[in-house]
Amino acid sequence: MRFINLCFQIHQPYRLRTYRFFNIGHDHQYYDDYQNRHIIRRIADLSYIPANRLLLSLIREYGKTFKVSLSISGPVIEQLQQHAPEVINGFQELAATGCVEFIGETYSHSLASLGSREEFIRQVRKHHDRISDIFGQKPQTFRNTELIYTDQIGQIVADLGYSTMITEGAKHILGWKSPNFLYCSSVVPKLKLLLRNFRLSDDIIFRFSNQAWSEWPITTEKFVSWLNQMPSNEEVVNLFLNYETLGEQQRKETGIFDFFHYLPRTLFKRGKYTFSTPSAIAKALQPVAPISVQYPISWADEEKDLTAWLGNELQDEAFGKLYEIESTVMASDQDDIFRDWERLQTSDHFYYMCTKWFSAGEVHKYFNPYASPYEAFINYMNVLSDFMIRIQETGKVPVKETKPIRKAARKTTKPVPKKKPATSSKTSVNATKKTPRKTTKKS
Amino acid sequence: MQVLMFGWEFPPHITGGLGTACYGLIKGLIRHDVKVIFIVPKAYGDENPEGFRLVNASDVVMNFRETDYQQFWKNLTYLEIASNLIPYAGQEEFEELVERNTLEKLEESKSIFADRYEFSGKYGKDLMKEVSRYALVASSIASQTRFDLIHAHDWLTYPAGIAAKKISGKPLVVHVHATEFDRSGEHVNQLVYDIERQGMEQSDAVITVSNFTRQIVIDRYGIAPEKVYTVHNAVGPSLRPDLQGVMKHVKEKVVTFLGRVTYQKGPDYFVEAASKVYRKDPHVRFVMAGSGDLLNRMVRRIARLRMGTRFHFTGFLTGTEVDTMFAMSDVYVMPSVSEPFGISPLEAMHSNVPVVISKQSGVSEVLKHALKVDFWDIDAMADAIYGILHYEGLSKMFARFGKEEVENLKWENAAFNVVEVYKKAISGSLS
Repeated sequence: MRFINLCFQIHQPYRLRTYRFFNIGHDHQYYDDYQNRHIIRRIADLSYIPANRLLLSLIREYGKTFKVSLSISGPVIEQLQQHAPEVINGFQELAATGCVEFIGETYSHSLASLGSREEFIRQVRKHHDRISDIFGQKPQTFRNTELIYTDQIGQIVADLGYSTMITEGAKHILGWKSPNFLYCSSVVPKLKLLLRNFRLSDDIIFRFSNQAWSEWPITTEKFVSWLNQMPSNEEVVNLFLNYETLGEQQRKETGIFDFFHYLPRTLFKRGKYTFSTPSAIAKALQPVAPISVQYPISWADEEKDLTAWLGNELQDEAFGKLYEIESTVMASDQDDIFRDWERLQTSDHFYYMCTKWFSAGEVHKYFNPYASPYEAFINYMNVLSDFMIRIQETGKVPVKETKPIRKAARKTTKPVPKKKPATSSKTSVNATKKTPRKTTKKS
Repeated sequence: MQVLMFGWEFPPHITGGLGTACYGLIKGLIRHDVKVIFIVPKAYGDENPEGFRLVNASDVVMNFRETDYQQFWKNLTYLEIASNLIPYAGQEEFEELVERNTLEKLEESKSIFADRYEFSGKYGKDLMKEVSRYALVASSIASQTRFDLIHAHDWLTYPAGIAAKKISGKPLVVHVHATEFDRSGEHVNQLVYDIERQGMEQSDAVITVSNFTRQIVIDRYGIAPEKVYTVHNAVGPSLRPDLQGVMKHVKEKVVTFLGRVTYQKGPDYFVEAASKVYRKDPHVRFVMAGSGDLLNRMVRRIARLRMGTRFHFTGFLTGTEVDTMFAMSDVYVMPSVSEPFGISPLEAMHSNVPVVISKQSGVSEVLKHALKVDFWDIDAMADAIYGILHYEGLSKMFARFGKEEVENLKWENAAFNVVEVYKKAISGSLS
């Protein structure tokens, strides 16, 4: 019996409006309400609503053999509640079937795991609470924003009580290993790791309707035959997709809904498969090996690293400035400041500043409101400048204290890498030593 | 006296200082009883032609059967070869303009040989074609209108001026607001240079906006010094509402750069000087208003200097936005590498903003109450900015005397000098 772990992420950011220098200091409305409402409404109609309907009908048809998991971000929940509450109702209906697992993440789809340990923990807890409030389910499984993972992040997540985590099956981490097994963290072995099968997942997300692709069209028969060709001992296939793939990125006319409608039937007919959820799979299987990740991995592009969000001058400046003010934000203790602080952390803002246009332009341009990364940066920094003035004006923290805070914030981010080598260096050294030995023996 | 004047732009539709200068000059000339027919490639309809005629070249009907015009067209066709020239716009800006105008362009290319030609009125694609077509229209206007003298502003209109002179036999005055050496440094565009030189050679008199530019015209274009006259620009009676203290929403002092973000304007020196000031005093905000081919490089540099929340970019500003920007500013910096005149510091001073200007500018010849530094001397520039920000005596004095000084730079006076040049040109061409 092989498990199919079908996960969807549902996320839409609060896009910023054109916020100019002239607005700084008196205008605190940062968001493009019209655009955000328009986009959320459009995606709800094209994707979320029909997709919810499809999942519900599959669960009703196949009972306990069809299961999915959903990872829903805070910003999209808020926006759906405001502009498309029927989608939230749909998720609640799905929750009631008992065949859907809700996955934990950072509340505002943020990169806090890389910026501040405290903020990361705060956001994970907040998301946890919000999900349990709305869907009556306490998340057992965690997925970080953009599937970003390191040993340290795994450690924090395990400390927060999560048993399972989903991340990318990045080639440079796995080497010769297959993503289609259950693994565990090398630092905290009780934390089970499920690794996304990016080839099969991306076949659907990016290539489903690509007629220039040699494998087009993907039918359920073809897809299942690929699964059948896998070595028979492989235990789990982790498909992790954007929910918008259903109907938005891949339009209804491409046959995407039909594909998912027939997928369970073909799977059950052609082989021994069952759909399951991450925490159930983690209980059912034994981890085959520990995985050590020293440098952050993600699910983005070819590189599977952070370069889509961080690394160029623009991104580093924006990100650095944002987390420098963390302690002043906390001291302010005002709801509207907390709200904007969270929304400004959403990873999409940094994604818009990415300069890797030529390699991944198509993907990066998806709902990107800016003509260039430079415009994205200028606009974001203007908003951030106003935000910083507001915090100062709360008077909770004197202006002069910004300097020591800056240093403190950097320290909080640094311990993460510092702790890494202390705990994981041994395991990673072992791992690197082991693999060459094996190959030399073989040769 | 009736003057046929060729311009390329007119407020409020401007991409550089040329339009503003033309407007001021015309207003001044009217006071000296000079009648002006001002020709622009494209009128938008919301200009304010008080006391003179604004002719939209797009509205002029041409008859191509007349051999004269066909002859002229032949003479100018060589210009079409380099239709990718970009005089004011940098490469990126240029592409933007072209994209923005795609639809417009399509229509135009259809109507090349139609009776009426629609000018886009912008610096962009097919510029050379537009320049030559403008000249064609000019000859048509020149044959249908009565006037005593032709006045052409900057190289884009020189072919038009020459054409009008050939048709009418009237004297030509060319007005040099900028040269190719200002725009491109030593890497001049030969085609543009040739047009400039031809215009100056065929003219009866050349007006330069500063001695700085006059020297370039004499040295680099080989024009006889006795026909080159300097007439410094002025600044219009303030059309700008007094917005002082009303629009500012940030507590910190604001240091502003306003202009095209191109090599000529020296934005990189401003950025470096800003970082020096910022290191000394973090409670300052810097603004770079304008766009251009160096903009993205400036943004990257600011990010690397970690000044993202203190250094802001506004993009290109127009009309009231410029007023607001001045009203919010505490220091205005013009670090131009080569500036024939530079009218913007005068506008800043008019709004009571003290200015730091580069010595490589024409305006530094006429201003006393301004701090002058070499454009490359970022230490001196930072020092000047810091001084104005922190020593109240300095800023107060500059604001008070600066405004007075600028108010004495009247277009009426500049126009008087222009009329003197007209008289010399007319008498010279008669003799």
